[in-house]
Amino acid sequence: MDEALLRTLTPTVIGILVRRGADFAAAEDAVQDALVEAVRVWPDDPPRDPKGWLVTAAWRKFLDAARADTSRRHREVRVDDEPVPEPGVAVDDTLQMYFLCAHPSLTPASAVALTLRAVGGLTTRQIAQAYLVPEATMAQRISRAKRTVSGVRFNQPGDVATVLRVLYLVFNEGYSGDVDLAAEAIRLTRQLAAKTNHEEVAGLLALMLLHHARRPARTGPDGRLVPLAEQDRGRWNTRLIAEGVDVLQAALTRDRLGEFQAQAAIAALHADARTAEETDWVQIVEWYDELVRLTDNPVARLNRAVAVGEADGPRAGLAALAGLDPALPRHAAVAAYLHERDGDPVTAARLYAEAARSAPSLPERDHLTRQAARLNAQLRS
Amino acid sequence: MAKYLLLKHYRGAPAAVNDVPMDQWTPEEVTAHVQYMRDFAARLEGTGEFVDGQALAPEGTFVRYDGEGRPPVTDGPFAETKDLIAGWMVIDVETYERAIELAGELSAAPGAGGKPIHEWLEVRPFYGVPPTITE
Repeated sequence: MDEALLRTLTPTVIGILVRRGADFAAAEDAVQDALVEAVRVWPDDPPRDPKGWLVTAAWRKFLDAARADTSRRHREVRVDDEPVPEPGVAVDDTLQMYFLCAHPSLTPASAVALTLRAVGGLTTRQIAQAYLVPEATMAQRISRAKRTVSGVRFNQPGDVATVLRVLYLVFNEGYSGDVDLAAEAIRLTRQLAAKTNHEEVAGLLALMLLHHARRPARTGPDGRLVPLAEQDRGRWNTRLIAEGVDVLQAALTRDRLGEFQAQAAIAALHADARTAEETDWVQIVEWYDELVRLTDNPVARLNRAVAVGEADGPRAGLAALAGLDPALPRHAAVAAYLHERDGDPVTAARLYAEAARSAPSLPERDHLTRQAARLNAQLRS
Repeated sequence: MAKYLLLKHYRGAPAAVNDVPMDQWTPEEVTAHVQYMRDFAARLEGTGEFVDGQALAPEGTFVRYDGEGRPPVTDGPFAETKDLIAGWMVIDVETYERAIELAGELSAAPGAGGKPIHEWLEVRPFYGVPPTITE
């Protein structure tokens, strides 16, 4: 059975139920139930028309639930058994589902969970595993999110930027359960790119592809982080890089630069270098300048300081770092790196140890501790 | 089966035998230590005794209620606070002796010079559930 196809159909089928008059929350539940049934039934009895099968099954689940609800409340609510013919569909249902699930009234965590369920077709259990919370907690988060957007009109056009932020989060954060969140984020962004003509959607897709390409080289066999400069570039996925570069180039020709295109351009320049030494740091600094101009993001300024350090020497890098808030995440790690390049291992070792204490994740903490240990061992000998 | 919490302290436990801060080890010793911890957890998953394990960042803040309509008071971290938890592992084992045995193995994680750290771990039993049959 093609589970990917099944999940791709999720938002479309929810959309059809909503157009027939179901409210979003009930439609979403009904489609989840239908998906579970599909997983059970399809292997032995594959449907000729998977989408039609799902619509019929989900609509039946919806009617059952509505009837049960009605009798529970001892109220007379008339539920029309005959499917209402769908009105002329002007906007794409799948696209509307992205907008709804990333609605600005939702918190980022709620938007992520709802997107993974209603657009991605993942089960609550899978989403809970990916974020290391109990299934009941995730179920509550999703049902509260559905309540929050219950008043939103389904055919309202939404803001692509909010959707991109949610997809970026899915790609960038989350633990690994039996779902590969990065791959899922790419699938959802690819699907969005096919339905919109927006250069930043393409920019984000390119960014994801270019970073995903490096994944096999990013961690050692023992789970340790391998920094970009030390990665075995032979293990980078050239197919994903080629696709990322193509997507990015097509986006850039439209001459409407945005932060994701700029970040993707930086990733593309790294991908382009056969060795770390061949990296075109001057161009990378120029892209960071664009990124800072576009976002004025302190994290972009911090990363820019690293690039300046490579392009113009560690002193220039430290000068670029000077104006930034030391409380910024990873500030101490960047300072340590630049001080080491500047020939000051004592300061670098102290800063690496400090960076390890404030590291936001265990692999980063271990990596930074190892850097401090390396310098301290050097200083002892 | 009974559940036990194995607590690792940044501060507050008696000093380990091989008590050298991690940034003074060699990078290979750090790697060996990390690998030992991963293998230990993986082995307990294999024996069906692993429940949960998490590590905590060293920085923390004390917080308390400050009355109706007022924001909570925050303070610290306090240097004089004796106890600072670094992380925990929850295990579900047949006997107290097994919990002690496993804590002993965890304490043998390699440190400086590749030698066991011999760090003190705290073993705390969870309260169980009241039995259904009482007579």
